[in-house]
Amino acid sequence: MMARVTPRGIVVAVLLILLVALPLYTTTTGNLFLLTLFTRIIILAIAATSLNLIMGYGGMVSFGHAACIGLGAYVVGILAYEGTPSGFVQWPLALVLSALFSLIVGALCLRTRGVYFIMITLAFAQMLYYVGVALHRYGGDDGLTIYRRSQFAGLINLSNKTVFYYLCLVLLLGTIYLVWRLVNSRFGLVIQGARSNDRRMRAIGFPTFHYRLTCFVIAGTICGLAGVLLANHTDFVSPAMMHWTRSGDLIVMVVLGGMASSFGPLIGTVAYLLLEEALPPMIKPFAYAFTAVTGIEAHNAHEYWQLVLGPLILLIVLYARGGIDGLLAGRQRG
Amino acid sequence: MADALLQIDGLTKRFGGVVASDNITLDVPRGELHAIIGPNGAGKTTLIGQLTGELTPDAGSIRFDGADITALPVHRRSQLGLARSFQITSLFLDFTALDNVALAVQAHAGHSFRFWRNARSEPELREPARAALARVGLEARADALVANLSHGEHRQLEIAMALATRPRMLLLDEPMAGMGPDESARMVRTLRELKQELTILLIEHDMEAVFALADRITVLVYGRVIASDTPQAVRANPEVRDAYLGEQQVVTHA
Repeated sequence: MMARVTPRGIVVAVLLILLVALPLYTTTTGNLFLLTLFTRIIILAIAATSLNLIMGYGGMVSFGHAACIGLGAYVVGILAYEGTPSGFVQWPLALVLSALFSLIVGALCLRTRGVYFIMITLAFAQMLYYVGVALHRYGGDDGLTIYRRSQFAGLINLSNKTVFYYLCLVLLLGTIYLVWRLVNSRFGLVIQGARSNDRRMRAIGFPTFHYRLTCFVIAGTICGLAGVLLANHTDFVSPAMMHWTRSGDLIVMVVLGGMASSFGPLIGTVAYLLLEEALPPMIKPFAYAFTAVTGIEAHNAHEYWQLVLGPLILLIVLYARGGIDGLLAGRQRG
Repeated sequence: MADALLQIDGLTKRFGGVVASDNITLDVPRGELHAIIGPNGAGKTTLIGQLTGELTPDAGSIRFDGADITALPVHRRSQLGLARSFQITSLFLDFTALDNVALAVQAHAGHSFRFWRNARSEPELREPARAALARVGLEARADALVANLSHGEHRQLEIAMALATRPRMLLLDEPMAGMGPDESARMVRTLRELKQELTILLIEHDMEAVFALADRITVLVYGRVIASDTPQAVRANPEVRDAYLGEQQVVTHA
């Protein structure tokens, strides 16, 4: 993955060291906020990495990827509510349901291309969103609080924030490694070939539909795992987790970090969520200065931090087609 | 003809009111290089499209090595040994030349539901791919990104990819389109070698190349076969001269 010492190799190495060392810092300082934030970042990076598999490598732009996050999370939430907190039941069931959902959605939408593909994935995700809203027994629109995290018969205690953080980190690194092996295997080359030129792939003898569908199911299953983790992290599930804007966030993370790159989605997720945290306080001094100079009331300007984020993303998309990862590697891919 | 590898019988394709293939019947025996010529709009590419499976004929049948393939999807025909090259270069631009050909090898090396091993270090994929590149004279460019290759090299790579599927028959759709004289001469040499071991259906505008290579020539005009014979006989056929060769003279003198 990193044969030579490049700026990108250094950034990835530093990032990984920081991620591994973070709990040491947070336990000594008692800064739980950082640990919580980065647990969330790592979980969403798993989802972004799975989206990168279909979008970056496979050219399948799914606008409904967050549906699998919601599915995985709701399985944990509903089973916990119904008195089955065992992770040995919850986790496999969540993954199987995510795989099944992806199989059905994929089998239908992979027959279409481009905008139609995007719209159908979006439609399915929104369907699931409204199913969540309609589940009155499980809180409907308001969501459902989870009082017990997944139980693993005392093998691992997910309520310990540090243990949970490391579990998520290991699963993230495992996912990145898995995707890396996958995209360089025979299967992965077929997926990338189909992104590049599907017609030619069929002409040289590949039934590309089967391979693309398999890829779609793998990505959905991994994303279901992210949902399982997210439910355990927030102790809460709600339909908002699978709203289409959440899928949009995932796309932005992947594009921001760099499509078809192993660590791009992780870099993109870190950048996106840190900007989300850092931009509002950064805007405040400017707002005060603006008020002081012009006399116009602008104290709540930081609520509009997305006005700054938007153009930033636009700049990355326009001038760095490989995202942040592409900038670091100095390559023209994306 | 008993030993025909490809048998086309009564093939008809209409687009609205236009009959693009009008009851085409044609046999290509094993080992023959059969050229199809015809003015623009004669239905040559429509014919190739039906042979490869991208277009479904309205009537008629196609048999390959005795088996009816009229209803088979594109990838199944390729697996039976019917390979094609594209008129407009159709490659994987963000892959290297070797990656392109190795994918074609992979397509015929069993299924590709193999998820773990690095396919770029599998000798059973890379070596046949290198051999196919060498056959068209591209071995020196194996590791170049396809997007950085010249047009002529793209055309050669098209042939290498078709070859890498270890076909029994090649369908070549204007392999010399847009080539300079040197590149064309080189392609003629390559095709002459391939002709020794493969059955080839060649669609080409370059008359010099067609008459130098073909064992038999079929002339297509408005979707109809107006002649199907040896190059000498086709050259002498007054109907062909009238419909096609004469017209080209008018074009070149205009």
